[in-house]
Amino acid sequence: MDANEQLSLLGKFVYIPSFIEKISEIKDPLRANNIDVLQINVGRRCNLTCMHCHVSAGPNRIETMSKSVLEKCLAVLRTHPIAAIDITGGSPEMNPHLGWFIDEAGHLDRRLIVRSNLTLLLEKEYRYLIDVFAKNRVEVITSLPDCHEDKTNRQRGKDVFRKVIDSIRALNNIGYGISSRDDLRINIVHNPAGAYLPGSQAAIEYEYRRRLLADFGIHFNRLFCITNIPIGRYLDYLLETDNLEDYLSALYSSFNPYAVENVMCLSTLSVGWDGTLYDCDFNQMLALKVNNEAPQNIADFDIDKLSNRRITVNNHCYGCTAGAGSSCRGTVV
Amino acid sequence: MNYYEKKDLADFPNIAEWAEEQGNKFFEYYNCATTAGKLSEREKSLIALTVASTQNCPYCIDAYTTKCLSLGISRDEMMEAVHTGAAMMAGITLAHSTQMRKIIKKKEM
Repeated sequence: MDANEQLSLLGKFVYIPSFIEKISEIKDPLRANNIDVLQINVGRRCNLTCMHCHVSAGPNRIETMSKSVLEKCLAVLRTHPIAAIDITGGSPEMNPHLGWFIDEAGHLDRRLIVRSNLTLLLEKEYRYLIDVFAKNRVEVITSLPDCHEDKTNRQRGKDVFRKVIDSIRALNNIGYGISSRDDLRINIVHNPAGAYLPGSQAAIEYEYRRRLLADFGIHFNRLFCITNIPIGRYLDYLLETDNLEDYLSALYSSFNPYAVENVMCLSTLSVGWDGTLYDCDFNQMLALKVNNEAPQNIADFDIDKLSNRRITVNNHCYGCTAGAGSSCRGTVV
Repeated sequence: MNYYEKKDLADFPNIAEWAEEQGNKFFEYYNCATTAGKLSEREKSLIALTVASTQNCPYCIDAYTTKCLSLGISRDEMMEAVHTGAAMMAGITLAHSTQMRKIIKKKEM
């Protein structure tokens, strides 16, 4: 389904006001207040085809960030005090330049994050990345929708749960997730394996910590609850299971004005595989570029114009403002 | 129109209408009783789901099944809780047979 069809479906229920209308009750327009995080989507190729994936990533996707675009990202980072570099995908490991890029970014002394599905890391071809991660103090963030094997595998595919557990154990063995090594952090993302919103982040983190330690002897630092955004493959799932209206209605009725104060687009800039700039990874998948009053490609980066750009919003943004809010670092209130 | 409509669940926050003082006190109590205290939110949600099932309330079953899912409670755990409720209902029914048996024993030759 193309981006316009997706946006049209999200606006189909007339009793749900448009997000633009809703946000205008609080803030009009929504503007960025800084760029603390440069989130770089290095490609949409992935070895998995998870049912909740907003990227619709998979083995057949060919979009991959080139070394030249990665160099432009590094040039921006070298000359601007952006605190965090957040590498995502697809599966970032499948970008052939990932190891080189992490080594270069590691010299910049910034918070360096890689979002990995952890199912490739123990394979021979990718195993070297474990050392690259550790050497550069990369914070690893991985998705584990549930601490029950069958539920995770239903969402992400056969054997995924076991591979993630094995990779976390391997990372624990070199110091990741161990309280005495605060520089090596492994964080888990919980995203609901179905058509419902996540519950209390603290309660779910407690339960994951208890079960993963008791059942598998593994450790992690933090758990982030991320609300599934109704776009991409997750939108297909909602349609196929006749859950779209209930889900959108739940997002709308859980709208929390306090979450708006801390949504991640206020301080994040997202770079697409071809260098195009977006307010977030979700807008990226809907081809909603940054507002045209700001430069729209990393090659034309302008910190002043981008730091207070007007944020492009649409109805999928209800996903980040529901309940305790949602961001790439979990709840926001 | 059905007696129970799924969309009517959204009307629950409005039940204080026409008796606001009592309704607001109910909500204060309801929130206090269903959020984490000495018992966790998970435990309370399973209790609520079990009571909802034994009392045949479709709104509460919908709300608390979704809440249990949100808290990461598995389908096995929820089904076990419902069985606890079912066993209680069966036990309560059978325990009341004492009344019946007492009367029978008194009245029958």
